[in-house]
Amino acid sequence: MDLGTINPILLVASLMVSATPILLAAIGEMVVEKSGVLNLGVEGMMITGAVVGFAVAVNTGSPGLGFAAAALASALLSLSFGVLTQFLLSNQVATGLGLTLVGLGLSSLIGKPYEGMKSPTLPDLPLPLLADMPVIGPMLFQHDLMVYLSIALVAAVWAGLKFTRAGLILRAVGESHDAAHALGYKVVRIRLMAIFFGGACSGLGGAYLSLVRVPQWTEGMTAGAGWIALAIVVFASWKPWRVLIGAYLFGGVTVLQLNLQAAGTRLPVEYLSMSPYLITILVLVIISARGYHGAPASLGRPFHASH
Amino acid sequence: MNRRTLLASAALALGLAGTAMAQDDTTKVGFIYVGPVGDGGWTYEHEQGRLAVEEHFGDKVETVFQESVPEGADSERAMTQMALSGADIIFTTSFGYMDPTINVAKKFPDVKFEHATGYKRADNVSTYSARFYEGRAIQGLIAGHMTETNKIGYIASFPIPEVIRGINSAYLHAKEVNPDVEFSIVWAYTWFDPAKEADAANALIEQGADVILQHTDSTAPQAAAEKAGNVITFGQASDMGDYAPMPRVSSIIDNWAPYYIDRVQAVMDGTWESKDTWDGIGPGMVGIGEITDAVPEEVKAEALAMKDAIAAGEYHPFTGPINKQDGTPWLAEGEVADDGTLAGMDFYVEGLTGEIPN
Repeated sequence: MDLGTINPILLVASLMVSATPILLAAIGEMVVEKSGVLNLGVEGMMITGAVVGFAVAVNTGSPGLGFAAAALASALLSLSFGVLTQFLLSNQVATGLGLTLVGLGLSSLIGKPYEGMKSPTLPDLPLPLLADMPVIGPMLFQHDLMVYLSIALVAAVWAGLKFTRAGLILRAVGESHDAAHALGYKVVRIRLMAIFFGGACSGLGGAYLSLVRVPQWTEGMTAGAGWIALAIVVFASWKPWRVLIGAYLFGGVTVLQLNLQAAGTRLPVEYLSMSPYLITILVLVIISARGYHGAPASLGRPFHASH
Repeated sequence: MNRRTLLASAALALGLAGTAMAQDDTTKVGFIYVGPVGDGGWTYEHEQGRLAVEEHFGDKVETVFQESVPEGADSERAMTQMALSGADIIFTTSFGYMDPTINVAKKFPDVKFEHATGYKRADNVSTYSARFYEGRAIQGLIAGHMTETNKIGYIASFPIPEVIRGINSAYLHAKEVNPDVEFSIVWAYTWFDPAKEADAANALIEQGADVILQHTDSTAPQAAAEKAGNVITFGQASDMGDYAPMPRVSSIIDNWAPYYIDRVQAVMDGTWESKDTWDGIGPGMVGIGEITDAVPEEVKAEALAMKDAIAAGEYHPFTGPINKQDGTPWLAEGEVADDGTLAGMDFYVEGLTGEIPN
């Protein structure tokens, strides 16, 4: 075993890249769930974002436009979920699963002509001054724009939920939609906006996969990332910074286990392979053992003003 | 899961409609795929085989397929539904379908089953595979010549004989032309997960590998190598020619079409028998994709000479002297490995580091 071949700087850098898709999707889903809606369609929205982002980037030559289109497409897709669950009061779990199916099917339909093609990818964007710092610089400040943006988004969501009136209203709707309704807040409208935001974030996460991390379009390429994002929201007890920790932990363990294997450790591969999942389960158990889950009280419950 | 159920019921409905159309002359051919048909690798090539069957037989056949069927017990349901829907012959195209295929075949003695890359047969179950290790030998030779860091990364999928054979074959031939070569092997425990395959390729590249061999199905490692720059790769299962001339410098191409046509014909003629087929470069089941100009002329010539020798049966990639990893002799000078040992290969050859997970 020769751990010396693992470069910790590159390791941290690649774990941030590896975690960014699930981080984006998870922070979006967290906002949705904070508003009291459970959208299990993250996987479907991610893969839709992946294919739309890729297609637009290929056709326009601009990865930035690709990301924008991906966010918009997934947000529109999520609105179909919003209309079904908020206006027509369909079951959220079933509709969310349906959304995943639609997304997977739709994406392979759209993606057929793009298989095997190459797209322009996001250039690395070293932050001035910060990037020149030893060790920390190459680790944290020599990434592409989306990595910084994802972290900024976590900070924005945290500040928005904690300090703004809009955040307070969103949380109120998620905790007790009847009370929020009695106070005159438009529960359905607020939830639709949250769903739209969640969809856009999932789309960005998907596009990050197809435009930066892999980067190419392959059918079914999210391979479960959306489900991991959903798990991370629970793992994080619906708290933004914990979503960041959860996503990096998951991304980190995945990248670390591949690096350990490449370095030829004697640790059995099976344990390394299951370690991300084991750690996730472990943390979930610890959280639930403490008794407080932090789930929004109205999560997944349908709302209608007449009830 | 639900997507599959949906597809399955659609297939079932189609099948029922098919049987309802009376016992006509059409032969129904089913395919179970482990990945999506657009993976650009393994499943893609099986799909090409299916299309070739359709083209060859025209109206005389009806083909159905189910993609992204997980290996293991769950695949039994997919096969059962396909058999119930009136399939005459079903090709199950991944190693992990072995036991499920045998189980389902017991329940449908009149349906012929063909399991790819496995070793369990029954009266109505044949097995077929290609001698990918012949292609791996050529890859190893090119890789050994081309590497400058003397470090070759290998993205392996599952620790099954087929994958281990590939590793051994590539290593032996890389070592032969470059005694300093080292292999870093990463077990991805998946056939298809582009993000994970890309991460694995990146981990290997970051640790100094400048050649990446893959035994997973997507083109993600090719994209990772291209991004990294000075790294070469080989197309796996399919040509992956979109990445030529660099990083993809050559490829192993699986050509299933002739076999599929042959076997479907046998079902039509009533001459189908359970057998084991294991063909290589010679009969054309394994193809070697074009070696690009990124490879120096003399290396290319050497590689092509080896290909010809293998095709002609003059050279076997596992020719002694070869020792096992622990130093015990396996093949004596000039001795050639027998198919039985190769089919069940569960050991590394001498020089490889690390252990095979099991």
